[in-house]
Amino acid sequence: MATEIQLPALSPTMKEGKILKWLKKEGDSVSTGDAIAEVETDKSNLEVEVYDDGVLLKILVPAGEVAQVGAPIAFVGKKGETVNVAAATPKKAAEPAAGEVPKPAAIEAPKPAAAEAPKAAAAPVAPPGAPKGTPPVPARSNPPAQVVQLRPGDGGESRLRASPLAKRMAHEAGVDLGAVQGSGPQGRIVKRDIQAAMSEPQAARPQSYIPGVRTEPDVLPMSSMRKIIAQRMAEVKPGVPHFYLSIDVDMEAVLAIREEAKAAELKVSVNDFIVKASAVALHKVPKVNVSLQGDRILQFHTADVGIAVAIEDGLITPVIRDADRKSLGTIAAEAKELAERARRKALKPEEYTGGSVTVSNLGMFGVDSFIAVINPPQASILAVGAVADRVVAVDGQAVVRKTMTVTFSGDHRVVDGALGAQYLQELKALLEHPVRLLL
Amino acid sequence: MAELAWREALNQALTEEMERDANVFLMGEEVARYDGAYKVSQGLLAKFGSARVVDTPISELGFAGIGIGAAMVGLRPVIEMMTWNFAILAMDQIVNNAAKVRQMSGGQLRCPIVFRGPNGAGGRLAAQHSQALEANYAHFPGLKVVAPSTPAEAKGLLKSSIRDDNPVIFLEAELLYGVKGEVPDGELLLPLGKALLKREGDDCTLISWGRMYYHAEEAAKQLEAEGIHVDWIDLRTLKPLDEGTILTSVRKTNRAVIVEEGWSFCGVGAQISDIIQSQAFDDLDAPVQRVTGLDVNRSYAAVLEQAAEVNPVRIVAAVKKALYREEG
Repeated sequence: MATEIQLPALSPTMKEGKILKWLKKEGDSVSTGDAIAEVETDKSNLEVEVYDDGVLLKILVPAGEVAQVGAPIAFVGKKGETVNVAAATPKKAAEPAAGEVPKPAAIEAPKPAAAEAPKAAAAPVAPPGAPKGTPPVPARSNPPAQVVQLRPGDGGESRLRASPLAKRMAHEAGVDLGAVQGSGPQGRIVKRDIQAAMSEPQAARPQSYIPGVRTEPDVLPMSSMRKIIAQRMAEVKPGVPHFYLSIDVDMEAVLAIREEAKAAELKVSVNDFIVKASAVALHKVPKVNVSLQGDRILQFHTADVGIAVAIEDGLITPVIRDADRKSLGTIAAEAKELAERARRKALKPEEYTGGSVTVSNLGMFGVDSFIAVINPPQASILAVGAVADRVVAVDGQAVVRKTMTVTFSGDHRVVDGALGAQYLQELKALLEHPVRLLL
Repeated sequence: MAELAWREALNQALTEEMERDANVFLMGEEVARYDGAYKVSQGLLAKFGSARVVDTPISELGFAGIGIGAAMVGLRPVIEMMTWNFAILAMDQIVNNAAKVRQMSGGQLRCPIVFRGPNGAGGRLAAQHSQALEANYAHFPGLKVVAPSTPAEAKGLLKSSIRDDNPVIFLEAELLYGVKGEVPDGELLLPLGKALLKREGDDCTLISWGRMYYHAEEAAKQLEAEGIHVDWIDLRTLKPLDEGTILTSVRKTNRAVIVEEGWSFCGVGAQISDIIQSQAFDDLDAPVQRVTGLDVNRSYAAVLEQAAEVNPVRIVAAVKKALYREEG
């Protein structure tokens, strides 16, 4: 009997996915572990694998279309077998699949992956009478093997691969190759990828100005990522009562170390110091290292720090695990590698979920200070501004110091103002005396 | 339009050119009294006599040299090699005299001669008698290399080769002598150095010559059935090479697959691939693919011989690879 292939949740927050490409055709034989389709989720482009040997009998959702998690997308069975498409599971995700435990609405946002669940508290269990009709988040109930990273052969290489023709076409059409996903071997960008990119509406195509003629706005399609950002931000801001604390940090000492490191050809950024300091500070003020999930407060014993990475059409926060225990050099290398893969949309879900705090840095844009929206279920986020020359009073004298403003946003349901202030003080002390980050 | 076998088309070409020009004569092993090892010269002895259809001893270097000398003093010899494998013995005369005499004499001497005979595999003839040797001759300046595919091409190109004032290496194939095809009636002269676009398509350029024409044709048909349309070029002449036809096609399709009976290393396809990468680099969407005989000596055992040969399946796979449509 033919097996129905349902769209798996390839990321914890994924509710629907766009089929980018079918990797197998109807009639192709498939065996366990074969990737049959490439799916655009809210975070990455991932592949769907099958668990049966047989033949891909029928494709239900053509490439380019969006399916809900849990909806049937294809049938696999024996060669020549007929498929009753009408009997396929209705294309809605509201009903949890058999055997799955619906999770309460409050923790619908990403929960820490099982591997890094807090030791003190067991992973949340659905309380009786959980609200009905909530879309399930079946990610963890799927075998982990279902999620595979695209282009595993890439390793840490960041070289952009494109055929000569693709490069020429991109140049002539003004297409940014960095924003194009390659479909060739090792992610090589080829002609068809440029053609696809050219057929997409150009977001910011400069319109020639003709006096008296008003041009209508373009209607842009919403990517899966944009949809999830829009939805979650709209939920978080009213749903999580934020409070904000700002502090100025003297960065002279950090910059001095960074210069010395640079002279020794060791690459470490200001942000790497902040990541490390924010993790160490979590240990000093553990009550900030919490997460409200449903009606439970999770107290973490690990210091995992998310770094906000701006990518095409959105942002993503890969997490540096145990950042308090890692050397600055390790953090620098990891952050660079994660950011590169984030930009290529090649992160695995477990690489961007969990974490206690996120560091969001807009300093490179010359922003002095800003306030950030918390990335739930985390309870805090640090908004980091530019390190700039500022006139400050030192011992009664006006002197120019390299100074940076950090703004802490806290979830007031679990973190109070004094606690946040303590955390910021710790962070400031660590960054102003960074020897503690080195030893 | 008549349907002729390859050997009949060649026979017509020889007959017509010998009738047209008294300086044309045929020489080689078994060409006269035996009517040719592959019956290409059937009836020529009877028609033109033993002065113009000359049997030789088994001595390739010797009769190649006699032919070259005759060409230098004004005759137009056609030298039949029983196979190009045997012509390896005549290599010194061909490359050191025929190919060079015009340049070394400052143009005072010419060498209008055709060396012709079967090239490539004949079907279980084993390693020493199954070699596709075109790359060797194409390597030397001063030689033209012609590799027809159809009976019409065989006739039209042989006639043009005989009339050419330069030494021409004319490659036939034992497996083709019986292959039939339409040959236009009347005078048929096909220009040397001019390829023919046999089939038009936008997806991939497919290049073949000689006997590989038939494998390429089969592959093109199979691909067509899958909705892949190839621009198929029948080269006809390997040297001088029709670069224009190749580059025009590659600029249209952005990819190329080159089919060659011989070995990959330093093959004619390697040269074509170099021309494509150097002159159409910015038009390429995929690496140029080559389908060649495997890099081993041809085996006498049928199964091993087949395993080393080019076939349509390998050509189809190469085209799909160039199109990034690999299966599995």
